Amino acid sequence: MRRINKDQRARIRLTLNDRALSAEAEPRMLLSDFLRHSLGATGTHVGCEHGVCGCCTVLIDGAAVRSCLTLAAQAEGRDVRTVESLAAPDGTLSSLQQAFQDHHALQCGFCTPGILMSFTDYLKRNPQPSEADIREVLSGHLCRCTGYAGIVSALMAAAVHQQTSEPNRSKS
Amino acid sequence: MKPRPFDYVRPDTIDEAVAVLAEYGEEARVLAGGQSLLAMLNLRLADPGVLVDITRIAALDEIRDLGDKIEVGAAVTQNRLLAWPHLTAKLPLLAAALPFVGHFQTRNKGTVCGSVAHADPSSEIPLSLAVLAGEVVLRSQRGTRVLAASAFQKDMLTTAREPDELIIAIRLPVVSGRGFAFREVARRHGDFAIIAVAALIESADETRFGVGGMSGRPVVRRIATGGGSAVHDAINQLASELEGYDDLHASAAMRRNLLRNLGPVVIEEAIRCAA
Amino acid sequence: MSIDPRAALAKDGVWAVITGEDVRKISDPFLVALKTPVHQWSLAVGRVRYVGEPVALVVAESRYLAEDAGELVQVEYRPLDAVIDPQAACGGSAPVLHPEAKTNEISVRKFTYGDTKSAFAQADARVALTVDFPRLSFTPMECYVVVAQYNPADDGYEVLANFQGPFSTHPVMARALRVPGPKLRLRIPPDSGGSFGIKLSVFPYVVLIAIAARITGRPVKWVEDRVEHLLAASSGPNRITEIEAAVRKDGRILGLRLDQLEDYGAFLRAPMPGPLYRMHGAITGAYDVANVDVVNRVVLTNKMPASLIRGFGGPQLYMALERLVQRIAIELGLDHLDVIRRNLVPAAKMPYRAAAGSLYDSGDYPRAVATATGDGRLDDLKRRRDVARAAGRKYGIGFAAVVEPAMSNMGYLSTLLTADAREKAGPKNGAVSMVTVNIDPLGAVSVTADVTVQGQGHATVLAQIVADQLGLKPDDVNVVLEMDTAKDQWSIAAGTYSCRFTPGTAVAAHIAASRMADKLKNIGAKQLNILPDDVELAQGKIRSRSNPDNAAPFGRVAGTSHWSPVMLPEGMAPALSETALWTPPELEPPSSDDRINTSLTYGFVFDMCGIEIDPLTYQVRVDRYVSMHDAGRILNPMIADGQMRGAFAQGIAAALYEEFTYNEEGAFLSGTFADYLVPTVSEIPPVEMLHLETPSPLTPLGAKGLAEGNCMSVPACIANAIADALGVKDVQVPATPRRIHALMEGAAP
Repeated sequence: MRRINKDQRARIRLTLNDRALSAEAEPRMLLSDFLRHSLGATGTHVGCEHGVCGCCTVLIDGAAVRSCLTLAAQAEGRDVRTVESLAAPDGTLSSLQQAFQDHHALQCGFCTPGILMSFTDYLKRNPQPSEADIREVLSGHLCRCTGYAGIVSALMAAAVHQQTSEPNRSKS
Repeated sequence: MKPRPFDYVRPDTIDEAVAVLAEYGEEARVLAGGQSLLAMLNLRLADPGVLVDITRIAALDEIRDLGDKIEVGAAVTQNRLLAWPHLTAKLPLLAAALPFVGHFQTRNKGTVCGSVAHADPSSEIPLSLAVLAGEVVLRSQRGTRVLAASAFQKDMLTTAREPDELIIAIRLPVVSGRGFAFREVARRHGDFAIIAVAALIESADETRFGVGGMSGRPVVRRIATGGGSAVHDAINQLASELEGYDDLHASAAMRRNLLRNLGPVVIEEAIRCAA
Repeated sequence: MSIDPRAALAKDGVWAVITGEDVRKISDPFLVALKTPVHQWSLAVGRVRYVGEPVALVVAESRYLAEDAGELVQVEYRPLDAVIDPQAACGGSAPVLHPEAKTNEISVRKFTYGDTKSAFAQADARVALTVDFPRLSFTPMECYVVVAQYNPADDGYEVLANFQGPFSTHPVMARALRVPGPKLRLRIPPDSGGSFGIKLSVFPYVVLIAIAARITGRPVKWVEDRVEHLLAASSGPNRITEIEAAVRKDGRILGLRLDQLEDYGAFLRAPMPGPLYRMHGAITGAYDVANVDVVNRVVLTNKMPASLIRGFGGPQLYMALERLVQRIAIELGLDHLDVIRRNLVPAAKMPYRAAAGSLYDSGDYPRAVATATGDGRLDDLKRRRDVARAAGRKYGIGFAAVVEPAMSNMGYLSTLLTADAREKAGPKNGAVSMVTVNIDPLGAVSVTADVTVQGQGHATVLAQIVADQLGLKPDDVNVVLEMDTAKDQWSIAAGTYSCRFTPGTAVAAHIAASRMADKLKNIGAKQLNILPDDVELAQGKIRSRSNPDNAAPFGRVAGTSHWSPVMLPEGMAPALSETALWTPPELEPPSSDDRINTSLTYGFVFDMCGIEIDPLTYQVRVDRYVSMHDAGRILNPMIADGQMRGAFAQGIAAALYEEFTYNEEGAFLSGTFADYLVPTVSEIPPVEMLHLETPSPLTPLGAKGLAEGNCMSVPACIANAIADALGVKDVQVPATPRRIHALMEGAAP
């Protein structure tokens, strides 16, 4: 049984974007702050800290969740993925990121990492989404700049691209 | 906003969990998905001394088919239940209601039982539990007790759970082959419902009707679906009786009118579904 | 009132608890254009005047500790009466927020243009309406961030903040800190998570965090959280407008009277009351009306101080004007669209001098309306309405015609003062934009400009403009848009606001790049042994137009200026750096009779929509929405479309979802994103965007500012459609289900 007292800092080990990393955290430290401040992964953004805006969305064991509503301690031992994991080491954008650029799906870019991570999860589960499916999942994110139209186009294109380049990918 | 300090405990078994709850009593809050609790902690609206994280207790992470009932363990996430292959066949009301619970992202972490424990007056899962006449399974060091939904659900954010008790599961009666319908009104997609209504056909001339968001807890009534204006009259009467309440998004009068408008609609949909 | 910080200070890791008294000792109140005894420091001094007003700043090792300590600061308040309603605040018995000012109605200015007396006397009818535009904010996803440090050796401050401008606020910050301008080094990072006007109002917090750095002797960082932002960052002002038209029976408007009461909350912050005056010269909107009376009132209430948000006074004006035009049609028994068309400024009158002074540079409003309603679009809307109504459903059609100004005349705010006061103070006018194009020894081109960036794609457009002039690809041009007031070119007009980029900074870039091109042509002519007239810059080369084989790579020719200045033409200065300052002459100061050209360019937006009201849920569904835009020449269609759709979403938000609500006692009810409803994708209906381009004759690029237009047009268009659907006179936005229920059921809202 894991027990961390309120005044204690425990070493939280996890896998972040395929690297085994760790840092110390109090029980109350939010995963969003742990990623940004303790692990230096500032690609994940914080917009509201009450789970509404979606900017802080990351993957934990492949599932898209709000890192502002997750304690660092809850991610202990887990496989965490953030937006930094999407592009190739040489900087080549993932096909999802490329679709966002092609369809002008970002302007200020603050909400973008959360949306990319949501759909990295969702497009794996549902490789052939309808536009309604995409809008449904996208409704878990707030964007102030784009009016959402470019984002929907990018996601539709990304889904099609994923299907044509990886047609044997199965629903999981 | 950051939470106030608290101890964190992550038991591996149910026995460990109830031991911690016995030790801390009212100071403890159970942490499952955290989608309601952590938001409250971040806003400093709650101040527990310890959080008991039950999400890694394997025994709680199961969906069990008990034949006439489906048992959903306390660590089962809303999306996991939504993706359960037998959901539409066995618990179609949940299949209809779950897509309205928050968003895809919050359902990946938020739990079915967590929503029942939180007891927000208009939320969809507690309403479904009430309409289906489900049960809540509670465990403590003193033993296990099973409460009917009507006994468990008391008032806004208030349940019959004792401080040393852990909800380990809910049990939902299987309702294959019966007509059902669910509707809600919310400001934006995924928001808390202003009101939510559900109907489950009992027989040719009776339906179980439930409404959330009109009072502190879901209200369930048997409504005669005989003919003529029976349904409208019954819903009308219910609206006057329940009164509703005022908040930022709706007046009490509006809630009553929403009930008057949507109650008959959802009953009608359930009847058509049965046919 | 007392503040006891001892319990907070006793906690480990807490460095300071700073109060209004600390702030008052080392800083001065903020300068405001309106000279009244209303004093604001960066923390509450003596009184707290709104829920959310910062009372103390706790500085600690971490945000977590600072919040813990904040809860331990003991504050004792003596309750005072509050006034929330702006009309009540003007009343004699209202509690006065600033006793020295003796009133809450701190400014009343009357303007008269043309001859309204005759117009109203000759009218066949008068049509009047009162409209209440609410408070809201286009909350960006990233909140304020300020990092400050103080250097005691030279009494100077260094601040990094996501401030958007206008930089006329820099002297306000410096004066507050009691330092000359150069001693407040303000750096703006290259990325900012959206602003929409809101990140102007970070400036009081720049001063506060700078003070904190000085008091603690440490660099101090503040990352605002969402609760702080909703409570105390900024909002647009709410405005009550009484508007009346003198009309002929055919719907022609002969004269207008407006009484605008705008509520700025507890304090005026620079540059308020901007929204009340920004539209002033164009107060007649898209209509050819020569006779106008305006009364502008500024009132203070116990709410968050209001400031600029996107739309900047346009939404408030057009809600009144466009709803009035619908009322004119209804009361005279005419078709709404006919009344609009009858009154539009005709194309033949362009450039058009509006009654209150704006010079509309170009436009063909009738053609825009004809295009938008053509191709069967209006017929389709009418058919949908007729089918719905035949089935007993509540369907309505709305229209809105909006003139969208861009690039403010810095003198517009001085219209607030009387002509005599303006003369004493000296004229204020103009707007300068600055861009520098540099070429380095290897021929690499870089550009710096006086804009801040929050996602508008400025770097892309600037690269395009410069590349066009120099015959390069946009990828070859390196644009750097970080700002540093210590080293970069800037003026008080600098920043991104009021859509100044396209008519301002983009033009300066064009001028700088074309001067650079001329210089390079002269250098190239010498090297290629041809005449400068024969030189062209194309495809990365500098070559002879008549004999393209006679060419040299761009970089080599450019490098000459650095490496071999002796090879330059006679009299040419070495090194390649061109700075252009663009100051359009049309931005004159207000005239002695209060006419003011408030902006440089004027675009046009015409919207029409069909909405349906669900009688079961009281929700408004937008069935079809068409929006026609004329923003002059479009520089980058993809960026323009993205910006317009962003404005459209914000317009829908104002029409149906967003409002900052205070109860009667002044408690703030919109404090989280669960209460303040920002639309998601599910709430934004599709919109058909149409375009017309009537280039501006006032800028070399012919492009006008854009993307505030839909903030101005959408709320009015939807309100009109709802009024049409329900057959009511008054529609309050946001038209929430609660309000629709009240309209339909006659209940209290």
